[in-house]
Amino acid sequence: MALRSLVLAAGSAIALMAGGAWAKDSVTIAMQLEPPHLDPTSAAAQAIDSVVYSNIFEGLTRFQGDGSVVPGLAESWEISGDGTVYTFRLREGVTFHDGSSFDAEDVKFSLDRARAEDSTNAQKALFAGITAVDVVDPQTVRITLDAPNGALLFNLAWGDAVIVAPESIGSIKTNPIGTGAYKFQNWVQGDRIALTRNENYWGEPPALEKATFKFISDPTAAFAALMAEDIDAFDNFPAPENLPQFEADPRFQVLVGSTEGETILAINNKQPPFDDLRVRQAVTHAIDRQAIIDGAMFGYGTPIGSHFAPHHPAYKDLTANSAHDPEKARALLAEAGLPDGFETTLHLPPPSYARRGGEIVAAQLAAVGIKAEIINVEWAQWLETVFRGKTFGLSIVSHTEPMDIGIYARPDYYFQYDNPAFQALMTRLEASSDPASRTTLLQEAQAMIAADYVNGYLFQLAKLGVAKAGLEGLWENAPTAAIDLSALRWAE
Amino acid sequence: MTRNLILGGALSALVVLAALISFLWTPYDHAVMNIPAKLQTPNAQHWLGTDHFGRDLMSMIMVGARTSIAVALVAVGIGMGVGVPLGLTAAARKGSWLDEVIMRGNDLVFAFPSLVIAILITAVLGAGAINAIIAIGIFNIPVFARITRSAALSLWEREFILAARVSGKGAARISAEHILPNVTNLLIVQGTIQFSLGILAEAGLSYVGLGAQPPTPSWGRMLADAQTMVSFAPHLALVPGCAIIVTVLGLNLLGDGLRDHLDPKLRVART
Repeated sequence: MALRSLVLAAGSAIALMAGGAWAKDSVTIAMQLEPPHLDPTSAAAQAIDSVVYSNIFEGLTRFQGDGSVVPGLAESWEISGDGTVYTFRLREGVTFHDGSSFDAEDVKFSLDRARAEDSTNAQKALFAGITAVDVVDPQTVRITLDAPNGALLFNLAWGDAVIVAPESIGSIKTNPIGTGAYKFQNWVQGDRIALTRNENYWGEPPALEKATFKFISDPTAAFAALMAEDIDAFDNFPAPENLPQFEADPRFQVLVGSTEGETILAINNKQPPFDDLRVRQAVTHAIDRQAIIDGAMFGYGTPIGSHFAPHHPAYKDLTANSAHDPEKARALLAEAGLPDGFETTLHLPPPSYARRGGEIVAAQLAAVGIKAEIINVEWAQWLETVFRGKTFGLSIVSHTEPMDIGIYARPDYYFQYDNPAFQALMTRLEASSDPASRTTLLQEAQAMIAADYVNGYLFQLAKLGVAKAGLEGLWENAPTAAIDLSALRWAE
Repeated sequence: MTRNLILGGALSALVVLAALISFLWTPYDHAVMNIPAKLQTPNAQHWLGTDHFGRDLMSMIMVGARTSIAVALVAVGIGMGVGVPLGLTAAARKGSWLDEVIMRGNDLVFAFPSLVIAILITAVLGAGAINAIIAIGIFNIPVFARITRSAALSLWEREFILAARVSGKGAARISAEHILPNVTNLLIVQGTIQFSLGILAEAGLSYVGLGAQPPTPSWGRMLADAQTMVSFAPHLALVPGCAIIVTVLGLNLLGDGLRDHLDPKLRVART
């Protein structure tokens, strides 16, 4: 009896603790993939940015939830008349998590490290035009470019361009030291990463004291964890079919937004018969985008007709260019000398948009005589055979980097589109900083790759956030891979 | 005829019949997607409902039965085809180095959990029905080798074998003409059990994505696809799940019944 009342007392004490302060000032957010390490400046893995971007590390500029670029560690900047010299004024009173102060030397170190010859930065192209980074005084940095680059402020907002501390660079992968609103606390491999509030943050202090990122790769386990309220939010829920249940449940809120992920049916442009434009065009006409969105994504996603995000102001709707038309597809195949179709491979990485979308694509291609053999691969294998090896016919993948139409100017990129006219167009785009002419050039670029039927353009990947009802301040869209904790708070 | 034999035979026949009919007729084309008609519960048009792509589940189950039976049958065939001669050889050369090599080799294969190694094999060779057959087949070899050897060993002690030896027959001929016919019943019973295990193994491999690849329907993959939808469309998992249960139950009952019916020892014990 005494034991029982003791247990009861302990139980109610725990309940009090849980119901009281604890629930109010911490948050547990789950994501599907665990980062390989925590240095956003030396790997392409999106999961790294999800954890550290704007939480631990900050750049000179930063993305907001709506995709706009605002000042970060740079308070303000001036651009020279010819557009080649940017002078950044840095914020004062900023310190790194280890107590060392942040100044212009750190900026120079970070940017020089990223653009160095031997740098392992995954997005070195962001820094391509920079010829020099100079320290004017501790609060001022000057960046000199070889030619005007209208996208520099945007480029500097990327997770790959964040400012790191020279003193702690050796252990950045396991113990990241940044200037952000949250400090790295610990990492339980295979399970979670814990962050705590940086009490010396230069900006507005965040509302929540503790934040935990939990890694749940299995969609069924993700569903169970949310339903059991083990986690407060799931960054991008992997099973769109479960969303109606969360929507119907008053305990949860569902945030449907857009990512920067153009989901494409990648075509190996150098592999016969795909080197024939008519064959590629036939493939695109064989595809019914809406069926793929409904079947694979349960309706979440926006059809696209080129490699460009529909929420971007310069977007041009080119979906009609490759409308679903099996008759035309068959005619084009016949014209290309393949009246009976042909056989090819369809490599599918693990996400459900690819695996499920691939089954639908294969069925649609089969309807016009193209027999695509489905080969399910893990990511490592996909990188090996498709991305680096280029031994594939077709593949489905979502290109989640923002504003990445420039990849079409790289002839050695995995889908192997080699068009000097497009490459010249990209050079002109880079040199242009006038918004109106940039828009024109971007639309020209969209139209060019759509007319060349480089890839099959399927849909813009939706961001499907699920959170407990009281959690406020989550990003609805994903302009970059990030889970910005700074604005999170629990409603009273 | 025992009750097990009748019930097991009926259930197994049902599955085999469904597979055979699927060659001639299915309610719908199992591969045709009709996305607007997805996730229907069983109704007059679709007797078992439709899946998340709007494919008819009844048709998929029928064609899936074909996949399961084909994989399990060929795998058991491999196991018997290789395992039985190995077992006969080991028994004929009892105690020799050959016996040792064969039986220790079998122990080696037996020592590994079969499904784990099957996963390894398909991961190395690549996913697909053919490789699933090979993987499951390899694990059937020691089962048949052992059972053949142990049965053959006791036969070798019998007088009629001694008579055959005295008449000048070699070990190979004795094995083929006198030993093999006397272990056939045992092999049929074991084959039935292994067949049901093969169907389970195929479903397991397909469930983890290493069995038959889409668009070939497979019960295991249907289960895997249904996993995230169980909470709102339970029929997607129940239908292939029940198909597997019915098949495995039927084959096990059949195996039991056959053993009761065919095993000479049990027959003697009963009479």
